[in-house]
Amino acid sequence: MFESKAGILYIAGIGFFALAFVSNALVPALMYDDIPEQTVAELVNSNLRYQFEDLARRYPESFVNAYGDAPGGAAEHDQWWDEKCAEALRYGHKLYVGEGCWHCHSQFIRPVSNEEERWGPVSRSWEYQNELNRPVMFGTRRVGPDLCREGGRRSNDWHAVHFYRPLDLSEGSPMPEYPWFFDGSPDKPNARGLAIMTYVQWLGSWQESYPHYEDYVPSMERPDEDGDAEENEE
Amino acid sequence: MPRLTLQPVLSKKLSWVVYFAWQGVVTATAVGLLLGEAQGLEWGETPVWVDPFALLGLLLLAVNFMPPIARMKGPIYVTLWYFMAMFVWTFLTYAMGNFVPEYFVTGTAAGAVGGLFIHDLVGLFVTPLGWGMMYYFVPILLKKPIWSHGLSLVGFWGLAFFYPLQGIHHFLYTPIPMFLQYGAIVSTIAVELVVTTVIINFFGTIWGSGHVVKTNLPIRWFYTGMIFYFLTCLQCAFQVTLTFQKIIHFTDWVVGHAHMVMFGVFTMWIMGAMTYLLPRLLNRPWYSLKALEWHYWLSTIGIAVMSADLFLLGLFQGWSWAALEPWDASVDISFPFWVLRTIAGLSMFGGLLTFIWNIFKTWTSVPQQSAVVEPTSAA
Repeated sequence: MFESKAGILYIAGIGFFALAFVSNALVPALMYDDIPEQTVAELVNSNLRYQFEDLARRYPESFVNAYGDAPGGAAEHDQWWDEKCAEALRYGHKLYVGEGCWHCHSQFIRPVSNEEERWGPVSRSWEYQNELNRPVMFGTRRVGPDLCREGGRRSNDWHAVHFYRPLDLSEGSPMPEYPWFFDGSPDKPNARGLAIMTYVQWLGSWQESYPHYEDYVPSMERPDEDGDAEENEE
Repeated sequence: MPRLTLQPVLSKKLSWVVYFAWQGVVTATAVGLLLGEAQGLEWGETPVWVDPFALLGLLLLAVNFMPPIARMKGPIYVTLWYFMAMFVWTFLTYAMGNFVPEYFVTGTAAGAVGGLFIHDLVGLFVTPLGWGMMYYFVPILLKKPIWSHGLSLVGFWGLAFFYPLQGIHHFLYTPIPMFLQYGAIVSTIAVELVVTTVIINFFGTIWGSGHVVKTNLPIRWFYTGMIFYFLTCLQCAFQVTLTFQKIIHFTDWVVGHAHMVMFGVFTMWIMGAMTYLLPRLLNRPWYSLKALEWHYWLSTIGIAVMSADLFLLGLFQGWSWAALEPWDASVDISFPFWVLRTIAGLSMFGGLLTFIWNIFKTWTSVPQQSAVVEPTSAA
């Protein structure tokens, strides 16, 4: 049996593979079967809508170029925003994957190594039960920080400048520049730029503790830029 | 295959078809990636519209190479166990990894399948190919049989059983259920014991004729690869534990580990096999034995330095994050290590360029009618 063709083909080749598939893939699949999978349209929430409308206010020209004008009438109006937001989210996800953002940014918070302190609540399965996690965006390496609680932490302006030229905002950052998200300058994001910002602002927008700030202090009490945050570290 | 089975492949034409189809798949993938059509799957970024063709290619490969095994009579050699199982595993792994997390499941379960995919590609495609090659070439070059047939059996069946059970160890501390994570960890440690038996078997084989590594370059490549293999697997038994994962996950340690196994082991074995085969295929001696030595040493020193550099850096990064230093600090401390890594990488690359140059010069040199000259050391 151990050296016969049939033994190797059926037991090792097919049998052991099937055993592993059942125990390591089918078991988790069945365990999460009862959590409904959300579509992109269902993922649009009020936090994300706020950020998306903010993009329209900050970059009106770019926004109209990419998505056209909002129609009149309250109900239609609302539906239009939701649809465009979902469209941007879907396209942003495609760019996130296509540009390989996930090669350097993970999307899960582990319950160890003080990650809760740095980024926020530990990741839970239901957060990934949606269309944009086919395949899941856990990530594999952190050259840059984790992004799954990134939404709402920084303004769209910050993201625009950062995507355009990361070094302007984070000294020594090895992140590449993405000039093709813009029409020549950071205040003119194109459809790609608007979409990727929508996607980044979506990350974590479903959390109760959104937006999650580490060591958050209201701006009035914030010490000088150079004074560091000694007072905040207790 | 034909040598081990004494049977021809199903069709030589099909071999050429698969060869050119493969070039097409690789080109299409490169174009797809440039167009931003990547699939968001680790190791499986081949665009979704290329996947069915790649899978068809794997099927044709199996169709071409399995008939010789089916036709042959009598016991089949160790290499054929590995290759036979590999044809089945690779096809199944590719189908599972590319289709299940894209079309059938999402989220955490897709993560579990993704882990299984990347793990099985190493364990059920690259590893059986590599060890199959070793079981074939080492006895031929050393002119003696493998030390223990029993250990060969343990090695094959241990790998076949334990290797596929470990995929989830790539995603420890994710929302994947803890009992599955523990299962993956335990079977990982189990397979390292199996690996040790294989290593013992091969060092038992060379025992008594160790001096040949000085003069026989292919053997030197093979056994250097085996030492790196043992180091990688020993490291794996530790890094798979939750204690290590806390610090090293997401760091350059893992990158170093992956380089050590892919370059330090499998690339070395392929280089050794090429060093052995090329003069025989071209029917002429190597143009420069000195260049072969350079190729070996540039590669070996390069990968050793790169791995050590990345392991150390991984620890520093992990500790920096755990200590809640500002994120930039972990990037700042990385730069000197990344510079050293680049130098090590250039050394490995230089070795390959030397080899390509040597192949070209050998190819364009005058063929010899006499028997093949062994690629021995220039010294």
